Amino acid sequence: MTALRKLSFDAVVIGGGGAGMRASLQMAQSGFKTACLTKVFPTRSHTVSAQGGITCAIASADPDDDWRWHMYDTVKGSDYIGDQDAIEYMCSVGPEAVFELEHMGLPFSRFENGRIYQRPFGGQSKDYGAGGQAARTCAAADRTGHALLHTLYQANLKNNTTFLNEWFAVDLVRNQDGVVVGVIAIEIETGEVVFVESKATVLATGGAGRIYASTTNAHINTGDGIGMALRAGYAVQDIEMWQFHPTGIYGAGTLVTEGCRGEGGYLINKDGERFMERYAPNAKDLAGRDVVARSMMTEILEGRGCGEQGDHVFLKLDHLGKEILHSRLPGITELSKTFAHVDPVNAPIPVVPTCHYMMGGIPTNVNGQAITQVNGKDQIIPGLYACGEAACVSVHGANRLGGNSLLDLVVFGRAAGIFIEEQLQQGIEYNQASEDDVDRAMGRLNQLDSNDNGEDTAQLKKELQSCMQNYFGVFRDGEYMKKGREELDAMRDRVANIAISDKSKAFNTARMEALELQNLFEVAEATAIAADERTESRGAHSRGDYPERDDKNWLCHSLYHPETKKLTKRDVNFKPKTVDTFEPKVRTY
Amino acid sequence: MLVSVYRYNPETDREPYMQDVEVSLPEGKDLMVLDVLNLIKERDQSLSYRRSCREGVCGSDGVNMNGKNGLACITPVSEVATSGKLVVRPLPGLPVIRDLVVDMGVFYKQYQRIKPYLQNATPAGGRERLQSPEDRAKLDGLYECILCACCSTSCPSFWWNPEKFVGPSGLLQAYRFLADTRDEATEERLADLDDPFSVFRCRGIMNCVSVCPKGLNPTKAIGHIRDMLLSRAT
Repeated sequence: MTALRKLSFDAVVIGGGGAGMRASLQMAQSGFKTACLTKVFPTRSHTVSAQGGITCAIASADPDDDWRWHMYDTVKGSDYIGDQDAIEYMCSVGPEAVFELEHMGLPFSRFENGRIYQRPFGGQSKDYGAGGQAARTCAAADRTGHALLHTLYQANLKNNTTFLNEWFAVDLVRNQDGVVVGVIAIEIETGEVVFVESKATVLATGGAGRIYASTTNAHINTGDGIGMALRAGYAVQDIEMWQFHPTGIYGAGTLVTEGCRGEGGYLINKDGERFMERYAPNAKDLAGRDVVARSMMTEILEGRGCGEQGDHVFLKLDHLGKEILHSRLPGITELSKTFAHVDPVNAPIPVVPTCHYMMGGIPTNVNGQAITQVNGKDQIIPGLYACGEAACVSVHGANRLGGNSLLDLVVFGRAAGIFIEEQLQQGIEYNQASEDDVDRAMGRLNQLDSNDNGEDTAQLKKELQSCMQNYFGVFRDGEYMKKGREELDAMRDRVANIAISDKSKAFNTARMEALELQNLFEVAEATAIAADERTESRGAHSRGDYPERDDKNWLCHSLYHPETKKLTKRDVNFKPKTVDTFEPKVRTY
Repeated sequence: MLVSVYRYNPETDREPYMQDVEVSLPEGKDLMVLDVLNLIKERDQSLSYRRSCREGVCGSDGVNMNGKNGLACITPVSEVATSGKLVVRPLPGLPVIRDLVVDMGVFYKQYQRIKPYLQNATPAGGRERLQSPEDRAKLDGLYECILCACCSTSCPSFWWNPEKFVGPSGLLQAYRFLADTRDEATEERLADLDDPFSVFRCRGIMNCVSVCPKGLNPTKAIGHIRDMLLSRAT
């Protein structure tokens, strides 16, 4: 094997979304040689699609707001398997992280007094659930993700982060001691394969919603970081927990923000009934997303769905009036016209629960250090970090609250950056990767490039997505999941045997899509096995054959181990540092 | 439907060519141009183009469709292929890397040139800087830019002077920071733009306005910068 070109950095961040760019910004600000390696130009990352806002107790809408209330909501929202030390960290550090974004220039919407505008979102309360609905989601109209992502890109430009734009990370490189020392990556424009060596490797590769046929996620959300971690033999946590967003546009899958309901919109069935009043008498349309999604599916399954097929419901917004829609929800108005051929000023938007967010991921501590377990004990993976949707720190547990993803990314991107800075200041020493180490990481790419006869990416992707959609959706059942697992089993060898007919170098998207599909498959298989083995219903994981939450056996994280394909349990943290533990309760809205 | 796609692979093609492909579209459904490209790619994986969000917010898939720039993912086929034939080319005026993928280097360079970040040396204290809703409203129509380059690559002035004329997208962004009441670098920003090319090469052709997929108006923003430059000079 000829030696690859090598680039060396203090830190390399894989992924140019919100988490990745917040991490790279932190380290670049301190003068470390930091690379942000991203398969798309940074502002094309999926953070750009976030709409409604970033939830944080900055005490603007309500001067008495308290981060502990936000913490309470988040713990409850997680159905009690979010780690309370991590949630405490996120909610208490959040305001500082949000004000930093404002100082960088993020164009937040404003209240009359000049402070940041906040809107109500699902699952939010005052006074630990006793004080009614809170308005805690900081917003830039309904384009908060776009505003946040562009602001972070701009701040990175200001601080001279090295951007490796349109570079695709293939696999992790580990040295003789098992330390992660960088990645193999393809410079997409030229097709050159490069060893990007680094003292710290941060996976900020986002989610993998494309394992499902119907998703709000971008084409690029293919779980590349999860795939890399699983292939390296590391465990992933709570990967069965997938959020189905209540309001994906019917047919297209594109998202309409929960902020629509925060601003006063509500869901109706074919009889025009505001059905959420029956399922969540207090919070109604602003109950947790898992609750709303299940209620919608129940309406549809019981014959009260809308349209000719009765397979969706309507989101009613027209009563809000043109002015509110145009000032607070302009992006939604646009999307609805484009993808549903409906102007929400006049008519309701057809919506259906759609795969949206991966609560699980690479387990980490609050410093972003990736963790695996050996003989039931946590072990830090040296050199490897993760943050954002790719990570499972875990603040979302079994169900994420709206607006908490953007907060997760800036808080933990920043935290990982701060921790790595400290490590770099103290000095990080490791053995260089040998040629064999690099060759090992090249295995998958070499196999793909040398395969002349094999499976077709597009066909396999369809099969994978429809399998996940059919057997691992909003409602799950042991019998169906067994079938799904069998289908996936039969797919594994085929996925390893993909062949591309186009072997050219320059901007070869066929090669990339093949590598992406292999990542998707790793995530899908982990999801399927973890979903089948968690024999209870909790948060987004809802089983017909095990309809109850089972705290005796399952008040814990699941860890999926790729080498044995087995699930083990990991303790949830119930020990926040500055507040009392929030004990598990029956979860109602 | 007949689809004519621009093809060029630097490793195998001596020069670019238009490839005609017959694509059968599902009935009763008005596909987006991106969907059609995806259908073609399922059959011929060598076709290269960029795509990400597929909902018009990431700006990846700016292309030229039947002569007009736009985003493939939010442009219905029926809107552009009025003659029954869909013609897809890369954005004009930029070097082609492969097929529909252009080298956006000069476009990004002009963006970076205007220092696209807030400059404010006054310590902000422990909270956000205050901004009235009226002042914040001055950023509407500016901050929404998605850097798709549809505007700059439809601008004849940018075609002629891509190195010297900032172009509509970069200038829209320049004005986004000039208009931000939180920014303190107005004078430096204007000084950087005060030459015969950076701003004044705009001839008010307004192609940028007619193609912007987000409905923004760079020409108007450029007008504001001109006014600021002129009143600064007097």
